[in-house]
Amino acid sequence: MVSRLSPLDIKLLRDLWHMRGQAIAVGIIVACGVAIMVMALGTLSTLRASSDAYYERYRFADVFASVRRAPESLSTRLREIDGVQTVETRIVRLVILRLEGVTEPANAQIVSLPDEGESTLNRIVLFSGRYPEARSPDEIIISDAFAEANALVPGDTLEAVINGRLRTLNVVGIGDSPEFIYALSPGSVMPEDHLFGIFWMRRRALEAAFDLDGAFNNVTLTVAPGTETAPVIEQVDDVLSPYGGTGAYDRTDQPSNAFVDSEMNQLKTMARIIPAVFLLVSAILIHSILNRLIQTERQQIGLIKAFGYSRWEITWHYLKFAIAITTGGVLAGFAFGFMLQDMITHLYAETFRIPDLTWRVDGFALVISSFAALGSAIAGAMSAALGAARLSPAEAMSPAPPVNYHQGWLRYILQMRWLDEPTRLILRHTFRFPARTAANLFGIAAAVMLLVGTLFTFDAMDTMLDRMFFRTNSHDAAVTFFEARNDTAIGELARLPGVLMAEGVRDVPARVVSANRSERISITGLPPDSSLRRLLSADDRYIDMPETGLALSAQLADMLDVTTGDMVTTHILDGTRPVAELPVTAIVDEIIGTPAFMDLAALNALMDQAPTVSGAYLRLDPQHQADFEESVIERPGISGVSLRSAIIASFEETLQETIYIMMGIYAVIGGAIAAGVVYNAARISLTERGRELASLRVLGFTNNEVGYILLGELALVALVGIPIGCIGGIALAHLIATAMATELYRIPVTVNATTLGFAAGIVLVSSTVAALFVVRRVRSLDLIAVLKTRE
Amino acid sequence: MDTSAPSDKPSDVLLVGKGLERTFVTGEVSVRALRGVDVTLQRGELVVLLGQSGSGKSTLLNILGGLDRATAGTLQFEGKDLTHANDAELTRYRRRSVGFVFQFYNLVAGLTARENVSLVTEIADHPMKPDEALEMVDLGERVKHFPAQLSGGEQQRVAVARAIAKRPQILFCDEPTGALDSKTGIRVLEALDRVNRELSTTMLIITHNVGIGEIADRVLRMQDGRIIEETRPNRRLKPAEISW
Ligand SMILES: Nc1ncnc2c1ncn2[C@@H]1O[C@H](COP(=O)(O)OP(=O)(O)OP(=O)(O)O)[C@@H](O)[C@H]1O
Ligand SMILES: [Mg+2]
Repeated sequence: MVSRLSPLDIKLLRDLWHMRGQAIAVGIIVACGVAIMVMALGTLSTLRASSDAYYERYRFADVFASVRRAPESLSTRLREIDGVQTVETRIVRLVILRLEGVTEPANAQIVSLPDEGESTLNRIVLFSGRYPEARSPDEIIISDAFAEANALVPGDTLEAVINGRLRTLNVVGIGDSPEFIYALSPGSVMPEDHLFGIFWMRRRALEAAFDLDGAFNNVTLTVAPGTETAPVIEQVDDVLSPYGGTGAYDRTDQPSNAFVDSEMNQLKTMARIIPAVFLLVSAILIHSILNRLIQTERQQIGLIKAFGYSRWEITWHYLKFAIAITTGGVLAGFAFGFMLQDMITHLYAETFRIPDLTWRVDGFALVISSFAALGSAIAGAMSAALGAARLSPAEAMSPAPPVNYHQGWLRYILQMRWLDEPTRLILRHTFRFPARTAANLFGIAAAVMLLVGTLFTFDAMDTMLDRMFFRTNSHDAAVTFFEARNDTAIGELARLPGVLMAEGVRDVPARVVSANRSERISITGLPPDSSLRRLLSADDRYIDMPETGLALSAQLADMLDVTTGDMVTTHILDGTRPVAELPVTAIVDEIIGTPAFMDLAALNALMDQAPTVSGAYLRLDPQHQADFEESVIERPGISGVSLRSAIIASFEETLQETIYIMMGIYAVIGGAIAAGVVYNAARISLTERGRELASLRVLGFTNNEVGYILLGELALVALVGIPIGCIGGIALAHLIATAMATELYRIPVTVNATTLGFAAGIVLVSSTVAALFVVRRVRSLDLIAVLKTRE
Repeated sequence: MDTSAPSDKPSDVLLVGKGLERTFVTGEVSVRALRGVDVTLQRGELVVLLGQSGSGKSTLLNILGGLDRATAGTLQFEGKDLTHANDAELTRYRRRSVGFVFQFYNLVAGLTARENVSLVTEIADHPMKPDEALEMVDLGERVKHFPAQLSGGEQQRVAVARAIAKRPQILFCDEPTGALDSKTGIRVLEALDRVNRELSTTMLIITHNVGIGEIADRVLRMQDGRIIEETRPNRRLKPAEISW
């Protein structure tokens, strides 16, 4: 430890103190970049660590498969598959609930527990209550989120329609399992906690209810560590297909896990892209501040060199300046990042049901963000510092050569009569230092760009909602049957009270293969003139369902690397399991998932079946929706009903809070960049031109006129920078949307004019505030002092 | 001591300072730069102010020109009181009525000679054309040059042109030739002399060069913050005739 500061260090501290405003402005920008990195990486590792621990501790399975009805004896064959460790068969069924005080149809996924004890895989973490008694026919454990949303506690009862019979179930415990971190009812994209729950029940009761004595319809298994799942899946499919297996899948396709993965992917993208913009801006600012400082200190540098200080000592001196500012920013960024992480983790805890999801400090995030911040600061400072070190003492001690204003093409503009001199001065200044103007331009544009590139997600959300609930899915309710059935069921549904129109659909699991690519999907059969489930082309126009072949979503076509006219091998994983070569006859634009569509009649023909449906889309009479809700529950054979109004409501409720928090964060950080850039530019301009501006004051120019000359340049930069930033923001939106797209959903890039306006507004307001801080100083220019000294 | 010139027409009085004092306080130290100065400037006269370094010349000029405020005393311009003028009023005074020429030119580097002049004419009420002002200082040919492309003497003449272009009633020059050699200095003085004669602009010129006193109507000498002597040359010489 050095006990006494060297004179150079004292000078450094004085410089820092003197330039504290600028140092703080840069520090804030560094802090924002670091904070976002700390927040994103920290949340990422929190999410990963907690889910991994949860998976491990409660034995989340590796492979999952559904089957129509398989004899229990099959489990031995599954156990014999190479690499398989543990196999657990079970019964899983979707049922309709009747909840007190809730008119909308609610669903539950019932998962069987072994008749005695706990399950071996996907074990339950019990928060309160107990396990159902062995073989108990009506005791259940319910999922935590559902219990919370419906205020249910052990001891309460609820009613479920199980195989057409209304049964009263007794809640004895509340728990969760790693299978349902993100619990979605089939076909949904957002958890609707009060309308969808997971129930665990003893198997005996379910075998009886669903006619599955000595049989199972679902199996999960683990593989030995390091085992590839693909060959295991293949063999599981071989074993199960004769019994109506619908294709096994591993964790990547397991819905809950896939959502957790996609969230982590978003955090990773955020940590990569957004802080980079901040650090780039701060590096540029540090560069311009140091350049200016060195310009003012030329003579001192000459003197110091004449005293015998080495180049390296001078370079290091100025680098220390950059390091000092950045270190401050990094530390503030840690604090700010922890705050953000705490907020985000709270939000996540609502959505991702992971026990002990509490935020933790991620050492790696701290190290990596400090390195990134310091690295970019040093990169920004280096050329300026080296420039200082290279000055020869003699050269440095003579005044800097006068700037020669060359007029060039600018002359034509400047000759215009109507320009007043202050404006001419502004223009000439703007173009005198093109590099600096470009840097300021970049700074302003970057602020707008970041705002547009982040705020667009809210526009995208609107587009998604519009697409999902109005443009493509224009039905008011969707009904799923337990099993595919004859399409006379549609006529029965149409006769229910409140139903204006009913269209049958059929969902069939399938594996589509093209060359060496293969995807497990679900093919949806739609009637030819379906008006309740419509298809859109890439340019947002409605297209008709082709009579033959497959209409693939663009994402699926991408994954299979096929386009219209190509053939794909289609293995239907249901019924007689036909295999067919089908042409791709349309590519459709879908937001959610990677669906494929087929003409319903063609699908039935392919499966060699009479007109068959697995569900229906309904249009309801809004006045009689309640009647419909009442009567549909009574219908046998229906496993699920989802209402558009309920989904939209819960969608909006879930998003609302998140949106305001995120908007606030983005607005603050975008504004911080703009303010930092403008404050710095104005301060540098003031230092550089203080003398000139004071002279103008002497000549009788008012404070405001001088302020105009000082800030006109920045106003000009902002005027040009904002539209550039808007364009850049749209590009950034595309980049982010592409980086964040997963097989689960895609973020459509829509940027509304209001978002552009909002971004521009934030940047304008924060720049103006920063500029006014500097203009205040014009008042305190010392008019007399400047007249005493030679420039 | 009474420094006002004898005059039968009191309306000829342009600027009157009475009992002007200025004390600078920096920390513990206070410096009394002006210790009671009475000064009157008549319309159209050219006054030279001499005095040793530190005697308070610039301080006086700055107060008379509305750049600084006196600690005590009064100031009247055309009968209007400026003693208690606020910042905006002083700015208006400088803008409407006053021109300045300083030792270090103080041109705006980013503007050409002509633009430097029109910078001021744009905010003036009845200015001359910038080119006209530059003609007066013999720079008609160099209007498109930037300060960096002009010699010191030329820059100073641009400063003079800039100062006179708005037809100020009074021109304050603080060591206008201080940074120049004798030949260039004389050209600047010629420009000032011409302006004084042709436009009847009142002038107060500070200098260390006693010889320059010979172009004046009146010479004041300062010492220790007071005016200690006033002389009137018998004959006002042309700048070319003085001994530098
Ligand atoms: N801003 C200031 N703060 C403190 N003291 C000052 C200030 N300005 C001037 N002085 C002091 O006031 C006195 C008069 O200064 P002034 O600049 O008026 O002298 P001057 O006669 O113009 O000298 P020179 O011929 O060297 O220009 C000096 O002692 C000077 O140190
Ligand atoms: Mg002086």
